[in-house]
Amino acid sequence: MQQRAFSWFLKGFLVLMLTATAFAAEQEQYLKSFEQKITTKVLPNGLTLIICDRPEAPVFSFTTFVDAGDVDDPSGESGLAHMFEHLAFKGTSQIGTKDYAAEKVALAKVEAANNAYEAEYLKPVGRDPKKLEELHKAFLAAQAEAQKYVIPNQFTEVAEQNGAHHVNAETGLDDTQYFWSMPENRLELWAWLESGRLSDTVPREFYKERDVVMEERRMRTDSNPIGRLVEQFLATAYVAHNYGRSAVGWPSEVSQITATEAMAFHKKYYVGGDIVVAVVGDVDAKTALPILERYFSKVPAGPKPEEMTTVEPKQFAEKSVIIREQTQPFYIEGYHRPSYRSPDDAVYDAIQDIMSNGRVSRLYRSLVEQQQIAAEAEGFSPFPGEKYPSLFAFYAVPLPGHTPAEMREAIHKEIEKLKTTDVTDAELQMYKTRARADLLRGLADNQGLANALAEYQTRYGDWRELFLQLDRVDKVTKADIRRVANQIFVASNRTSAEIDTEAPAASAKKDGGAE
Amino acid sequence: MKRLTMRSASGILIAGTIVAALAGPSAMRAQESKPWDKIPIPKLHEFKPQQPKRIELKNGIVLFLQVDHELPFVSGSVLIPGGSRDVDPPKAGLVDMYGQAWRTSGTAKMSGDAMDDFLEARAAHIETGGDVDSTAISWDSLKGDSNQVFDLAMDLLFHPKFSEEKLRLAQQQEATAIVRRNDDEEGIAIRESAKLVYGTNSPYTRQPELATIGRVTLADFQAWHDRTLHGKLIVGVSGDFDPATMEAKLRTTFEGLPPVRTEPARHDAFAGPKPGVYFIDKEDVNQSNIQIVGLGTDRRNPDVPTLAVMNEILGGGFGSRLFQKIRTEKALAYGVGGGYGFAYDHPATFRVVVMTKSVSTVDATKATLAEIAGLNTTPFTEAELKRAKDDILNSFLFRYDTKDKILAERERLEFYGYPADYLETYKAALEKVTLADLTAAARKYIHPDKLAVLVVGNGPEIKPGLNALEMGPVHAVDITIPKPGHPAGVPGGAEK
Repeated sequence: MQQRAFSWFLKGFLVLMLTATAFAAEQEQYLKSFEQKITTKVLPNGLTLIICDRPEAPVFSFTTFVDAGDVDDPSGESGLAHMFEHLAFKGTSQIGTKDYAAEKVALAKVEAANNAYEAEYLKPVGRDPKKLEELHKAFLAAQAEAQKYVIPNQFTEVAEQNGAHHVNAETGLDDTQYFWSMPENRLELWAWLESGRLSDTVPREFYKERDVVMEERRMRTDSNPIGRLVEQFLATAYVAHNYGRSAVGWPSEVSQITATEAMAFHKKYYVGGDIVVAVVGDVDAKTALPILERYFSKVPAGPKPEEMTTVEPKQFAEKSVIIREQTQPFYIEGYHRPSYRSPDDAVYDAIQDIMSNGRVSRLYRSLVEQQQIAAEAEGFSPFPGEKYPSLFAFYAVPLPGHTPAEMREAIHKEIEKLKTTDVTDAELQMYKTRARADLLRGLADNQGLANALAEYQTRYGDWRELFLQLDRVDKVTKADIRRVANQIFVASNRTSAEIDTEAPAASAKKDGGAE
Repeated sequence: MKRLTMRSASGILIAGTIVAALAGPSAMRAQESKPWDKIPIPKLHEFKPQQPKRIELKNGIVLFLQVDHELPFVSGSVLIPGGSRDVDPPKAGLVDMYGQAWRTSGTAKMSGDAMDDFLEARAAHIETGGDVDSTAISWDSLKGDSNQVFDLAMDLLFHPKFSEEKLRLAQQQEATAIVRRNDDEEGIAIRESAKLVYGTNSPYTRQPELATIGRVTLADFQAWHDRTLHGKLIVGVSGDFDPATMEAKLRTTFEGLPPVRTEPARHDAFAGPKPGVYFIDKEDVNQSNIQIVGLGTDRRNPDVPTLAVMNEILGGGFGSRLFQKIRTEKALAYGVGGGYGFAYDHPATFRVVVMTKSVSTVDATKATLAEIAGLNTTPFTEAELKRAKDDILNSFLFRYDTKDKILAERERLEFYGYPADYLETYKAALEKVTLADLTAAARKYIHPDKLAVLVVGNGPEIKPGLNALEMGPVHAVDITIPKPGHPAGVPGGAEK
């Protein structure tokens, strides 16, 4: 139910990409053992099922990976993919309703009432306040009528009563993921619930849920200094591509999304070819596959919808954002980089690792330990998505008494070193070793594995890439790192954003309307 | 990520529940068919969770060995009694900084920086940290490196060499956290509401200040280390190892230590909050974070299983009273939840949280308080009891579905002195909870007149104002960060 987190304070954000590894023999061995445990099947409707048998305990985890996210929101409807994700928890024509036939009629009336109200509300001239009030009343009345047929939260209640654990979903710019874990004897029940909500979504309680999502925005973005900064940072870094648009949605847009729009999004993007479902745990493919096939065949057939075609034009001018407020200083900057499909993808991972991973990383040693100007400093990529050309970003949290300008200068010095001097053999080897270990560590967790399998299947057309990508990791050279650093870490490709702390008095003046 | 979960639990009585109580669940749910009820639920595959081997040494130290050959890793930890609640108030922050500097300083044989290089080259970790009641050292590596990493971890455990430079680094980290602590609305709300419950100077809420962290010295670290290392250590190792070899190694390492000395039990006083409304003004937010708090209990209380079921009804998941009422029905919040807390060895807090836009602060607070009060006035129903028990019991195995979770649970029980079969007896008790138990527990533990309401929000935007809650005068809470008392207390130039 959450917008994917923006905060780099939460380092887990990047860990999902179980990138890289330098082990040939073991890679082969693990790949083989997983090939024996994994069954894949593409259904006639295009949906891909992945089952991985890992009978450590009588439980399973699943991830439903839909290759559509807020980057696909139509113009003027930012936040739509996320809004739809909330709807997917509201039940179907078979669960969450007392009488679906009657409810359907009532929901159509809600939509008509909303359209009438909105038409009046959005009138550029001649809006009639009295009429608007009446229309609003009618809208509320229609909602109340539809509400009579609702059994609130029945979908999730049935899941939870059957032992569903960590029920949640995340909408990112690139994709939407639904997941939970359950006792293995509920596999068929889960397949019924999950296939139902993918294929038979009902726009139930939509307009109240929209208010809930507005509260989510207030919590994550408006009332959080870093949330505000990042929204402005991305909006500045991009001029054309949707990566620059607020993912949770601009307030005026997300607050006006309609159920009709959400259902249109569903119809276009929630088709078989756009969905991978991965199940990991105590699940025997022989018995499970026929069950899953039966249920997930209900998902409407369809090839992958066309992807958005906007390409961010090459940046030619450095851009910056300065927020002056009473919160503590912070610095972030980003450089445009290609998508995950770039042959240099692993080179970017290597740069991130060498610059940011742990107490040996260059930024930590330089800014935190030696210069003692920052509490934290890291680079990370790709951000805010991976499917389309994205950013390589750096941030630093100044120690008390230090400024964003110092962070910027210190980060640039470290970047300059990457461009002019080769990284050491030890650094490069460390990246490859850690990539290998991280991959292995991730294999012992049902939920993490389900996410990774579904993601790799979607992004590369084959879950095996989870292991095979390590070949690319192995091939990264010192020359690659210098080449890539020189390509992208240039001033004209940079956008920076910072918080400059303002004294309370000055800020009080601002409140007085000086702006 | 750590977050106030979006679906946090805690719901209290709902109008819908009242209807259900009157009309009965079947009338409320006039659905003809429940297709999901026809789906077969086979018998769960048999499962015998693998318990770790427990060895109690003659000196009182306890070892746990949990073998797991799935992946080629070995990890371990030593849990050490004594934490921030045991620190002298003028040096608040000591344990946090000790937890950092212990590892970053390293040993006489290998400095912390050299250790970083050694470990990271092997994708291995050794970490140290401090908590409210304990400190710990932990390690983790590929199997092939496990002997070396273990030896290094033991060197750090027994022979740390605290360094002035790393003390300063830890002070800088701590100072950064202090000066930034009022930027995060939720952080303020949780911290200040805990102070309302336990008191500002309680060992559980005492906060580090620039002055207190400036007073901490290397001698303090060493003294703390020497004192706590004599406690009852709990050593746990898990992963891909030969159990006989590992047992021998652990015995060699820990058997020679002197008999453990147990620190005297704590006798803290827990008064609970002074009821009323408290307010912290934060100009840069458009959503209020509302904390409704009181004193909770500890797990030795035999009513805990009943309270757990009550929590599930109040705020456990999507079906709970709070979620249903505040989020789904009234759409007042994205984040709403909470319940009656229980800790292992001291009273936890009763805490219900709701986050709502500034203008609906009073509405959301009233509605949430009504749900809390409703625990005593809106009768619990069989349907609620069943839902709550199903929720808890059917997901119970996620407490022990991995070997690491089982090990962690056993270590926890050992640390707090609970029987090894605690989870089983707890589960059996949950199964027996009745409606009468719930009613009695609500009467005994839910006292709306003893709760404090803390609102962190944008004062001018909150309309109607908090006076409209009609809970007496609104007390402003001052969260100004104190300037350090003397220049020596200003690490990293914090005076600016």
